Amino acid sequence: MSDFTMPSLGADMESGKLVEWLVKPGDTVSKGDIVAVVETHKGAIDVEIFEEATVSELCAGEGETVKVGGLLARLQTTGDASPPSAPPMPEATATEAESRAPKKSGPEAAAPRPAFQIERTGRKKVSPAARRLAAELGIDPESLTGTGIDGSVSFADVELARAGAPTPKAAAAPVRRGGFDPAEMRRAIAAAMTRSKREIPHYYLSNTVDMTASLGWLSRYNEGRPPTERMLAATLLLKATALALRKAPQLNGFWQDDAFRPAEGIHIGWAISLRGGGLVSPAIHDVDTLALPELMARLRDLVARARSGGLRSSELMDATITVTSLGERGADSVTGVIYPPQVAIIGFGRIRERPWVADGAVQPRQLIDVSLAADHRASDGHAGGRLLSTIETLLLEPDEL
Amino acid sequence: MTDDEIRKLVFDILGGIAPEADFDLLDEDEELREALDIDSMDFLNFITGLHQATGVDIPENDYARLSTLTDIVAYLRQKGA
Repeated sequence: MSDFTMPSLGADMESGKLVEWLVKPGDTVSKGDIVAVVETHKGAIDVEIFEEATVSELCAGEGETVKVGGLLARLQTTGDASPPSAPPMPEATATEAESRAPKKSGPEAAAPRPAFQIERTGRKKVSPAARRLAAELGIDPESLTGTGIDGSVSFADVELARAGAPTPKAAAAPVRRGGFDPAEMRRAIAAAMTRSKREIPHYYLSNTVDMTASLGWLSRYNEGRPPTERMLAATLLLKATALALRKAPQLNGFWQDDAFRPAEGIHIGWAISLRGGGLVSPAIHDVDTLALPELMARLRDLVARARSGGLRSSELMDATITVTSLGERGADSVTGVIYPPQVAIIGFGRIRERPWVADGAVQPRQLIDVSLAADHRASDGHAGGRLLSTIETLLLEPDEL
Repeated sequence: MTDDEIRKLVFDILGGIAPEADFDLLDEDEELREALDIDSMDFLNFITGLHQATGVDIPENDYARLSTLTDIVAYLRQKGA
């Protein structure tokens, strides 16, 4: 027997709403199967399972909001299958959530919570986030009209009440698949970034890299290929970063419990801005092992799913570093804020033609600014500098990517 | 295709990329990527959509000729769409 619990889909998640079960009692599931859809501030996420098992009981109902670590279902594990390897994030997040919640005694902090029931008082359901905000504002959440899909009072309802706007009628919008609540997302970004700036002693480095060779390679590659098979410069940037990280293990992993834990693979969280505001940085797994066309296909698929719904739980749980690229209409450079518990973020500015000295002469070249923000608890500037220098070397020799 | 058919096709594809856009407010000579906040991935998807619907091969070197709605209509007409 084992418990299937609400996963932590990022350091900034406290709870999620179970929107839909994709399995029923008696179904057998295997590692990687999508078993449920959970609505978070990042939109509707496909939640995967990490073990071979038979579903014995669904404990959370559709529409219920469940805290991270709260019981979703009970599973009968098949044979003596190895226990599910716990992804690194949940413990850290549980601790974080705990530290922000009214402080109780220490020991239970890291332990998974017992089965969670949606908070009820009287007959009105109120989501935890909504209850907290309401308490801050001195509003009685039970006096509000709930517009959550199960009629519960949501964070947005409390926001509306604060704004003094009349609460919409209870019939209310069904959850749009992939839709996310901008107010919730803003709040989550605020929490994660505040924690980052409060706890992580960042150091910053940057280099300017000549992209002329890489762009030349890319344009030769794309020539004669239909649009479906063309690659973007982002693919080269990602691959160069991943290969360089192989030699910089101190920058790829997590800071947890006052110690650095290097990650097993190189799973790069790719920062994707969402229309309507906010951003999400789902992981592309094992980027260093992917051939460029495969990496491009993954990137394309990931961006599409980030914007329209259908990101998978594993993609939100196990990024080992983040890369943010501002793209061709962005600013010239960016200095990132680390997404805890990761220890580094790499930023690429816009590629732009600028003067550059080569062979003793000033020449127009396609240049990009590459930056690193890293956690000084886990690494020093020397290691960071070497990483940037390796990325540069790789981008100068695109054939090697 | 007529100019209007091309415009409709462009709006259909862009509607999938920028669902919140109000094309009635779009100036035909406005830079599309700027007006609709389209990044390079969105633009590649847009080109892919045009290619799949019209069969016109749109090489990368021609991207600069597709910056406004007027440009796009003229380009696709010239390429026989």
